[in-house]
Amino acid sequence: MAAEGGFPAIRSMGLTGLLVSFADRLSEPANRAALAYRAAVEGENWPGVEETSTSLASVFLRFDPLSMAPGDLRARLDALLASRDWFSAPLPSNRRRWRIPTVYGTDLAPQLGEAAEAAGISIGEAVSELSTTAVRVLTIGFAPGQPYLGELSPRWDIPRQVALTRRVPEGALVVAIRQLILFSAATPTGWRHIGQTAFRAFRPESADPFPLRPGDELLFPAIEPGELAAIRAADTHGDGGASVEVIA
Amino acid sequence: MRQMSVLRAGPAITVQDAGRPGMLVQGLSRGGAADPVALAEGAALLGQSRDLAALELAGFGGVFGFAESTRLALTGAPMRADIDGKALTWNASHQIEPGQILTVGGCEAGAYGYLHLAGGVATDPVLGSRSAHLVAGIGAPVRAGDNLPIGPDAGQGQNLVLDVEDRFSGGTARVVHSAQTALFPAAERERFEATEFTRDDRANRMGVRLTLAGKGFAADRQLSILSEVIVPGDIQVTGDGTPFVLLPECQTTGGYPRIGTVIPADLPMVAQAGPGARLRFRFVGYDEAIEAERRHRAMLRDLPRRPRPAIRDPREIQDLLSYRLIDGMISAYDT
Repeated sequence: MAAEGGFPAIRSMGLTGLLVSFADRLSEPANRAALAYRAAVEGENWPGVEETSTSLASVFLRFDPLSMAPGDLRARLDALLASRDWFSAPLPSNRRRWRIPTVYGTDLAPQLGEAAEAAGISIGEAVSELSTTAVRVLTIGFAPGQPYLGELSPRWDIPRQVALTRRVPEGALVVAIRQLILFSAATPTGWRHIGQTAFRAFRPESADPFPLRPGDELLFPAIEPGELAAIRAADTHGDGGASVEVIA
Repeated sequence: MRQMSVLRAGPAITVQDAGRPGMLVQGLSRGGAADPVALAEGAALLGQSRDLAALELAGFGGVFGFAESTRLALTGAPMRADIDGKALTWNASHQIEPGQILTVGGCEAGAYGYLHLAGGVATDPVLGSRSAHLVAGIGAPVRAGDNLPIGPDAGQGQNLVLDVEDRFSGGTARVVHSAQTALFPAAERERFEATEFTRDDRANRMGVRLTLAGKGFAADRQLSILSEVIVPGDIQVTGDGTPFVLLPECQTTGGYPRIGTVIPADLPMVAQAGPGARLRFRFVGYDEAIEAERRHRAMLRDLPRRPRPAIRDPREIQDLLSYRLIDGMISAYDT
């Protein structure tokens, strides 16, 4: 097992939670390790484990402490950790590639200029890079169905803003710390609003309420505001003009 | 189907049940009643399943009309309530007749009152629950003009009361370690335990902001930790050192460190701390926390046996002979 710098580590999280962390910063191997390890934990079907989840580089387990002692659960988790090299685990199967039409800048996404400046490039260069770079769903979280996407090139390692933007709309594409988020609901945020889509990442009324899955690839091709308006007018299920294909 | 007409509504009335556990991986927090104990108390008073949905009244109630005879119960934060001007006992079940008007006023203490209807509020479930989760865009606040469907009444019992311990005026919440507790130096954790907090006006179903007289709390690497899963009860310390206790409608991940997690048994008391209520926190070891959880579950399990008949003044009862005085639920567990 390729442990690095004290990882993986198991810590308690409240009375009913354990957290298995593969790193203390985002990395591609740690993200793959978390996704694969959670799938393995789910496959074990241990009694008393009520829920599992991943974040960028960790796996969370919620369990019933009256039916499974945390010490026993830790022992099982340790044994599973030792059973293979999780950092070299493959990505999940059945991954899809989504192309989601995006308006960059304009009054629909007013912080593109600011973000490009923070990244040290022109607005044109920023759009050219962001609209052709495939990013991967690293985790779903914060809000329902909402993807954290990465990693962008190192120039996009820009900090969050100090002050929050009071509200950005659903479908907003925002950037910080080499990641993009596609907001599933209107929200206040410290990330910079650089693009606007009509994609709904959470569809509570649908048979498939959470269309995106960790491992999926996303591309955000550039369109004009008029095209987005036309897409919105024609869209009945929230895809926002996106196309999707299975890649692996 | 029976209905309840909403004639007037406070600004933050929502339909709530136990919420949607199990969807953290999809970014959807559990949601559900801010005070799950109050949900169970209402179910006990109406002799029905605690899976049924009730109305959660945050701060203010409303005015409600009924076209058919309906049993109802009132629990959680005590509020002034009456039927056609006649005051109602809180933590009790009642019956309302066609044409009568139920009025529920503001909280006298606490933050969340509950109006339970026999048969439950029978709105259409979304993802397995009737709970509004406004942050996630599920459901909407109840508004004047709404007609809420009521399910079939399969329970029994009215004019029952439940003796409830005060969890509406703050107090000391027991806390266990979170994944980032160790990032706070021991001296900061001790200061946290020694501090008396005031529940800030900024509190909602996502979380309760705490104010304190001294300076805020600081972790090592406060602003550079990786975002991790959040669970209700987590005490998140934001960049300026202010603690927030996170509640059922919190986000599912967060990048601020958490100094500890309130145990499930004490979280209703934190959620119910009204504006200005004082809160303290005490770290407990695993054994004490498990024992508290065991007792909490036993309390919830025993709830259905605890309602007792209200003692009524016979002079108030206009038609004494029509009352079946030995009917209903009589509890040997009278406390």
